[in-house]
Amino acid sequence: MNIMVVGVGGQGTLLTSRIIGKTALAGGYDVKLSEVHGMAQRGGSVVTYVRYGDKVFEPTCEEGTVDVLISFERLEALRYAHFLKKDGIMVVNDTRIDPMTVVIGAKEYPQGILEELSQNHRIYTIDGGKIAKELGNSKVLNSVVLGLSAKHIGFTKEEWIKVLQETVPPKTIEINTKAFERGYDA
Amino acid sequence: MAEKRIMLGNDAIARGAYEAGVKVSSSYPGTPSTEISEFLAKYDEVYTEWAPNEKVALEAAAGASLAGVRSMACMKHVGLNVASDPLYTLAYTGVNGGLVIVVADDPGIASSQNEQDTRMIARSAHLPVVEPSDSNEAKEFFKYAFDLSEKYDTPVIFRTTTKLSHSQSVVELGERVVPEDKAYERQVPKYVMMPASAIGRHKVVEAREDKMTLDAPSFPINKVEYNDKKIGFITSGIPYQYVKEACPQASVLKLGVVNPLPKALIEEFVKEVETVYVFEELEPVIEEQVRAWGLNVKGKELFTKQGEYSANMLKKVIYGIDECQFDKAEAPARPPILCPGCPHRSVFSVLNKLKIHAAGDIGCYTLGAVAPLNVIDTTICMGSSISLLHGMEKAKGKEYIKNWVATIGDSTFLHTGVNSLINMVYNKSTGTVMILDNRTTGMTGHQEHAATGKTLKGEDTYAIDLADLCRSIGVPNVVEINAFDVPGLEKLIKESVSSDTLTVIIAKAPCALLKGQKFPNKCVVDAEKCKKCGMCMKIGCPAMTKTENGTVKIDETMCNGCGLCKNYCKFGAISTVER
Repeated sequence: MNIMVVGVGGQGTLLTSRIIGKTALAGGYDVKLSEVHGMAQRGGSVVTYVRYGDKVFEPTCEEGTVDVLISFERLEALRYAHFLKKDGIMVVNDTRIDPMTVVIGAKEYPQGILEELSQNHRIYTIDGGKIAKELGNSKVLNSVVLGLSAKHIGFTKEEWIKVLQETVPPKTIEINTKAFERGYDA
Repeated sequence: MAEKRIMLGNDAIARGAYEAGVKVSSSYPGTPSTEISEFLAKYDEVYTEWAPNEKVALEAAAGASLAGVRSMACMKHVGLNVASDPLYTLAYTGVNGGLVIVVADDPGIASSQNEQDTRMIARSAHLPVVEPSDSNEAKEFFKYAFDLSEKYDTPVIFRTTTKLSHSQSVVELGERVVPEDKAYERQVPKYVMMPASAIGRHKVVEAREDKMTLDAPSFPINKVEYNDKKIGFITSGIPYQYVKEACPQASVLKLGVVNPLPKALIEEFVKEVETVYVFEELEPVIEEQVRAWGLNVKGKELFTKQGEYSANMLKKVIYGIDECQFDKAEAPARPPILCPGCPHRSVFSVLNKLKIHAAGDIGCYTLGAVAPLNVIDTTICMGSSISLLHGMEKAKGKEYIKNWVATIGDSTFLHTGVNSLINMVYNKSTGTVMILDNRTTGMTGHQEHAATGKTLKGEDTYAIDLADLCRSIGVPNVVEINAFDVPGLEKLIKESVSSDTLTVIIAKAPCALLKGQKFPNKCVVDAEKCKKCGMCMKIGCPAMTKTENGTVKIDETMCNGCGLCKNYCKFGAISTVER
């Protein structure tokens, strides 16, 4: 299973992929995960990969091999869509964050991204930011997105929640669990 | 059964150090090596520290080795350049307690200024290199590196790459085994590298390398996997994983020790297998040696010297298969940017306004080179901003640099910048140096340094006062200022660049990502007052966007509340309000 989590530095994509990795490990699989650190994290486009199976070799997913692409932002979904395999699916957090190239007017933010992508791919969308805000902490948007993704990846809801609760900071267990469930039941 | 855990490569290296009985580790942060020291610091049994630079770190580790314990130093590839002075001569002296130097290469340049290959340096220094291909190997090979170091009386380079350091895979934990401390013995011919001793030790170095070359075929971490003998690969590290992914049926000679090479083993492999590819990222280090022995292999004529490799690349070259099902979409780039509330943005916004060029340095502030700030003109290496500015003045005279400053971070200043400043004082330069003091080593993820008052272990310590340090080496004019004081900065920079007195401006404000650094307020735009002039957008804050009607909007969750934008609105349309 090849999963790719993409977004904008600071959105919590890394924690999401770690929870996926731990859940797969608990499920008895060999797991590899690849992360981005350093300068690339500073508000840039960030990518993490999770792969699991009986035996995993390389720690990254390559173009044309991804089963589930989880994107925390629309433009990032567009940027990495070609990593999907033919019947791969996409989970998109329906939000727009302008890159600096757009902010300064050098480029335009593409219109109709989701419509365009849905011509070739099966897409599930959610407004994680809105749900997180309703729950009272905009930071838990990653748990909302994880919840929706989890339903399409596999493992039981209980298995996911167990790992989630072991991984997030103790003070935020309750709100993260709620956020996950909102995504899962969406 | 031993505990199994999914671990980051860097975490696994730290675990390997712990299990190997390492007692002392000294390092300087640098992506992708930084987390090794941070993970290692969590083990109470191991002394770990941040040194001001990699040369100091390696010398400290060498001192610990001399005193008879297992010791190590960690750095990124370019850090090894800084440490290369002790490195080349430590190859001559050898070790007492085992000494391993972790060097993290960055193929693909995820967070570096070049793509140099550490194996080339190791070869010229005649040092063995151990290279793992996943987290479990990282831990196990690290222990083995100490065995090699002690058996052959040599420092050992442990090479990792970005992909290995920053990927996680399953690791089986072991126990810590601490070898008995070695006794120290005064040995002038071995440890005092004056000419008479060094001449003798050079012979030892060569003999050691010859011996290791002879022994290398039997090193247990050099492995042959014979499968289909039509096609085979000589490889190591992460590229091994690409080979297994793309060509699972191929024969593989996987090297755990990439210098010196197991000549006899390679000769046999090339004889047994019909077509042999050398699959190595960056320089053709293995390939050139193998070819020099007269063996027929394929390599860099098919595979690039640049960037990271992949399984897809291998499939394309070997089988002509393209895995990609969909075309890559056109999407506006999203390069990294300074964070909302970053104090560097404030300083750069003033330099931009004054049309001043900056000789830059290594840190987040390199991002001041790109639009819309466009301030940084040069980035070479740690500490170079100050020396470059000095050199420009010596070339063209003091008038020439009246629209220039050097900008350098606090950690980078202590790393090597201070040497360059001593040169400016000594050789009578008149330029302006700006220390962007954000109280941390920012880009690598917030490490302590000699001016923060905390050690790597989190203990309190003396905090070097940067202003006092500059004054004590003779800088005639040292001024400290709040980095967000825009009018004050503007006045100060104008005065100092036009004067003929060497000036250090220390622009102080903590990194916006440090804990508790969020300002209590948030910035809001009064759309009625906004004249759509776009002046505030010139600071390049990611929390600010233009709405469809042209007025500016500030995203409240992204806004850090620093208030910098207010300084650039002539119409009073931006104000700070309570969150």
